[in-house]
Amino acid sequence: MNLSAKKLLAAASVICLIGVPACKPKNAGNAVSADAALKAYVAPGKYDSYYNFVSGGFSGQMAVYGLPSGRLLRVIPAFSVDPEKGWGFSEETKPMLNTSHGFVPWDDLHHPELSQTNGEVDGRWIFGNANNTPRVARIDLATFRTAEIIELPNSAGNHSSPFITENTEYVVAGTRFSVPPDNVNGDVPISTYKQNFKGTLSFISVDKGDGKMDIAFQIQCPGVNFDLSHAGKGKSHGWFFFSCYNTEQANTLLEVNASQRDKDFIMAVNWKKAEEYLKAGKGRKQSVKYASNRYDEKTHTATSTIKTEVIVLDAKELKDICYMIPCPKSPHGCDVDPTGEYIVGSGKLAALIPVFSFDKLVKAIAAKDFIGDYDGIPVVKYESALYGEVKKPGLGPLHTEFDGKGNAYTSFFVSSEVVKWNIKDLKVLDRVPTYYSVGHLCIPGGDSKKPSPKYLIAYNKITKDRYLPTGPELAQSAQLYDISGEKMQLILDFPTIGEPHYAQAIEADIVKKNSVKFFKIDENKHPYVAKGEGATKVVREGNKVHVYMTSIRSHFSPDNIEGVKMGDEVYFHVTNLEQDWDVPHGFAVKGAVNAELLIMPGETQTLKWVPDRVGMFPIYCTDFCSALHQEMQGYVRVSPAGSATPLTFSLGATNTDKSAPKSK
Amino acid sequence: MKRVLFGLTILLALYACGSQETANPSSNATDAAKPAENTGGYDPNRGEGKFKDVVVNPKLNATLAESGNKVYAVKCSSCHKTTEEKLVGPGWKGVTSRHSAAWILNFITNTDEMITKDPKAQAQLEICLVRMPNQNLSDDDAKSLYEFMRKVDGLQ
Repeated sequence: MNLSAKKLLAAASVICLIGVPACKPKNAGNAVSADAALKAYVAPGKYDSYYNFVSGGFSGQMAVYGLPSGRLLRVIPAFSVDPEKGWGFSEETKPMLNTSHGFVPWDDLHHPELSQTNGEVDGRWIFGNANNTPRVARIDLATFRTAEIIELPNSAGNHSSPFITENTEYVVAGTRFSVPPDNVNGDVPISTYKQNFKGTLSFISVDKGDGKMDIAFQIQCPGVNFDLSHAGKGKSHGWFFFSCYNTEQANTLLEVNASQRDKDFIMAVNWKKAEEYLKAGKGRKQSVKYASNRYDEKTHTATSTIKTEVIVLDAKELKDICYMIPCPKSPHGCDVDPTGEYIVGSGKLAALIPVFSFDKLVKAIAAKDFIGDYDGIPVVKYESALYGEVKKPGLGPLHTEFDGKGNAYTSFFVSSEVVKWNIKDLKVLDRVPTYYSVGHLCIPGGDSKKPSPKYLIAYNKITKDRYLPTGPELAQSAQLYDISGEKMQLILDFPTIGEPHYAQAIEADIVKKNSVKFFKIDENKHPYVAKGEGATKVVREGNKVHVYMTSIRSHFSPDNIEGVKMGDEVYFHVTNLEQDWDVPHGFAVKGAVNAELLIMPGETQTLKWVPDRVGMFPIYCTDFCSALHQEMQGYVRVSPAGSATPLTFSLGATNTDKSAPKSK
Repeated sequence: MKRVLFGLTILLALYACGSQETANPSSNATDAAKPAENTGGYDPNRGEGKFKDVVVNPKLNATLAESGNKVYAVKCSSCHKTTEEKLVGPGWKGVTSRHSAAWILNFITNTDEMITKDPKAQAQLEICLVRMPNQNLSDDDAKSLYEFMRKVDGLQ
């Protein structure tokens, strides 16, 4: 979510002063009824009924909570390094964070999106966007790990992403910042924004079998800010809808200058048409540079490939791909109802919610019912695409989810509330306060054809007085509402990591049955695997020392290594020989300018260590593994460069070495 | 000393688990906890698991024993020697005379439940203090391992 937060907060405080009742509800007691605890309570040892995947915002990760308890189950490292899990520190995972700029250790993940089959969430993968250095990640829900990250050329601020089509044919990525394309000189005066800056939409294909992503094509569009998007579904399958702001094409003080126009746009993209043009060879090849990073579950290793070409379709030349629908003012959410007929725009500075009709839009396009063009893109007449408006719903509408029963739920940032309204008659049915300043909403399957409308979760931007204070930086928060009845009911607050933006939720049964418990050691194809202690060894190749090491409850093999010398690079390739669930082993070495390894059963991971001094260096297991975990340790001896210490390794050798040098 | 006490604590905790059914977390709506399969008498000679009436050939199947040796190298050798010497777990020498074939096959394929229920396994845990990991052996792996154990015990 991108808001000119100050301005909205200022607006919020003004509204408070003049006393809009929804702005600052009196207290939590007023909003929570007596049976709330019962509804959110999941007894110890019992499972939650939904997984909730929540963006970690500026943490760069994705968090997984159970619903209705709000318990944090896992933080999946995606775009930021995670020393706890060795993510971005082990040799195997470093390539995952490679980009055309080199290794990038951090990003800002805003929107998770579950894969779908026939418009329903299928629990295979979840995608996430990197907002800063534009990328899309695919997380495999069998392992709850990031399996792939692809970088996006011609882009900056990948915000309207990673929304998908109803059979996960494509994941899209619309650029929030327009920029000069990568293949031209970007060293231009900022005052030439209108001439030189372009907006780019990327369509990333997803392989049906293994999920592998490739950029199928890009569409070059006028230089605006693309904010959010959603695919058509059912009757509107084949179309994609993107909200655009800054249609003023301002390059400074956007807070004021990008809020001038009465209406910005929702851009409708006929991607089936784009596919036809692509097939007909209407795209132009453009040389670019972007990284495609994939993790192989058999070699337990990621590879990063730099790709150098992308095919671009020009929306201005190929006239019937893109159409602009006027939408008041600075639209954020761009949400399509489960039937695919209604497209809801949420203008964050608007005092109404426009609902567009897909049927009317198609008719208006066929009749060329245009009021002109915007930088070469036809602009459909507002009334000709409009189904109707929800009048006076609240202040600062941001995002809408659906319950599949004909109702929509819209978040209101400025008035801090969720409003339930009927799509057909556009009447407001209910409103509940949020604490405070809600951004996105989530209903399980709420942006699919088939929502599972038991709960609604609001992700708030401000918590203020909701939790015990923890200094200047406070907990981030989510709130859970029971929406099974006519009235929404607040049943739980739960803190979240990072800043929660968008989220997805799915019935647990769809995902949990596929969960991998351990990696089969027989299938381990890591080049440095040691399948059994008989295969452990230490090998010197020049100044590189490769340690083929195993771990099992509760020892390493080998656990004594001598003959490492200053100037060496030591690679500990640790294979976890366990073949049962929930038995990871950790590995750490004193003084390593690096993190730990956390090695799952059957997996091999590698820690690189460059000793900085002569001496004895303890190694140990960091993940409590058995009653004798504290005994799971060893030593590595480092000798001066050029010393005659032979390279030896052992486990269980008890003879004393009389030739050891005396300590000084 | 502290560490020994700690080990004992874990052990006591394990014993405490033993009095209950296998923990089987289930969601409130969907998963019904599995009923205990065998609430009646526990057979300490057979152990518990899928192996019941195991017919043993008096002669060694050398090929099978060799594939058992390979499984041993990857999944067992970290903790068990083929001599009488205890490493993390007991040495294997003599194991096929200490236990029935069914007991061994059940123990190596149904490890968690056997450690919890079997008196001999519990006595061994008091000595070793490390619960034997379930190494997820297939039935074929288990049979070949048993053949390898017989070879270790000198069968021709």
